[in-house]
Amino acid sequence: MSEIAQKVTNIIVDKLGVEESEVKPEASFTNDLGADSLDTVELIMEFEKEFDIQIPDDQAEQIATVGQAISYLEANAK
Amino acid sequence: MNLRRVVVTGLGALTPLGNDVSSYWQGLSSGVSGAAPITRFDADKFRTKFACELKGWDPLDHFDRKEARKMDPFTQYAMVAADQAVVDSGLDLDKIDLDKAGVIWGSGIGGLYTFQQEVQNFAAGDGTPRFNPFFIPKMIVDICSGHLSIKYGFRGPNFVTVSACASATNAIIDAFNYIRLGKADVMITGGSEAAVTEAGVGGFNAMKALSERNDSPETASRPFDKDRDGFVLGEGAASLILEDYEHAIARGAKIYAEVAGGGMSADAHHITAPHPEGHGAIKVMKNAIEDAGMPASEIDYINVHGTSTPLGDISESKAIKEVFGEHAYNLNISSTKSMTGHLLGAAGAIEAVAAILSIVNQEVPPTINHFTDDESFDPKLNFTFNKSQKREIRAALSNTFGFGGHNTSVIFRKFDQ
Repeated sequence: MSEIAQKVTNIIVDKLGVEESEVKPEASFTNDLGADSLDTVELIMEFEKEFDIQIPDDQAEQIATVGQAISYLEANAK
Repeated sequence: MNLRRVVVTGLGALTPLGNDVSSYWQGLSSGVSGAAPITRFDADKFRTKFACELKGWDPLDHFDRKEARKMDPFTQYAMVAADQAVVDSGLDLDKIDLDKAGVIWGSGIGGLYTFQQEVQNFAAGDGTPRFNPFFIPKMIVDICSGHLSIKYGFRGPNFVTVSACASATNAIIDAFNYIRLGKADVMITGGSEAAVTEAGVGGFNAMKALSERNDSPETASRPFDKDRDGFVLGEGAASLILEDYEHAIARGAKIYAEVAGGGMSADAHHITAPHPEGHGAIKVMKNAIEDAGMPASEIDYINVHGTSTPLGDISESKAIKEVFGEHAYNLNISSTKSMTGHLLGAAGAIEAVAAILSIVNQEVPPTINHFTDDESFDPKLNFTFNKSQKREIRAALSNTFGFGGHNTSVIFRKFDQ
């Protein structure tokens, strides 16, 4: 697992209170990991904080799964 | 109009004296102080460095991490105390009409900790707003009754009362009234407060409302003592299950006491100072007694607001003499805030539980920390100083008064079929 993937996984485990084994690339935040709309907003904010970037709203809306978050951050993190 | 009878069928308490009802009563009846140096934050620079905090409190004993993160401490306390009361009541949630089950909670401030934390984060940044999406739903004061309704599926009346230190008594009276009127069969009521934060202590310190007796926290709350110098901030929650009498009897519920009546009034005088002659306090006790339809002489115990402030204690004792006349010398008065500290919006809840337990146990908990008589008080009044007193208690009245001049009194009566 890349360093970014590990950090993303840790944030999801912490914020959503799920087991690390559940945080698979295809897992959807809302359908598989029990997040509601506010949880999703909080996750994006944590990613922004951890990786020191701004994720515009239109791109944040495209991040619905663990894998999408990791790819976005691998492409955009400083 | 025929009003239904209302009884108390469940109790819960999370207090500076103990984290359940039996340890709370144990602390009250043995006259223990819940005050100690503040552990929630570094109070070194504060004028008051102590408070009545909960002991051994860890939210993770009650909630998983995700749940705990989404609730301000005032909501966490509410959930724990209410759950104790629901379990204690023996209600079978599958068998009651959930449309006629409601929640009316009381809190004076709400999510002060959350508010402080979010604003601090913002102020420390570069002006870019990065507020947590849970900031508002954690902080707003009504969220307690929302969380409770979600947990128990109660779909009846649901809101939170806000009247500073009278909040929880307002909640209890409202819950009582909705059942009396037939709008609900069962209500979760009570109150919670979690204001032992920098903003809470600093704010009350600025008003010179808090005791500054830092060399002796456990003797700082001394209502009716000559050397009282302000209240001691407390935190926690208590909950009562109120139920329609017929509903309770039909399911064979254990009944602690009957809610006899409630009264409300306003001083219409000053934002924080009580009326010097206790006009609002006189009116509210009279209102409660009239609502209960009982002679004042049947009230054997008054759990007073008695916060240990120089002015408030005097006006309340004058009011008691005015309302009860000669009977004022027969009844017992005590301020359990001498032990618990002042739980602000939750005070009415923990003190209602104290009043009910005094009836159940036929014992008046004491006003501890009495060292020096104050000539402002009639020496013939029995303030139950320093030691609890066994006696017949047919009915107990609990007073709470809030900043803004809000006054509330509720009367509980020994249950008699």
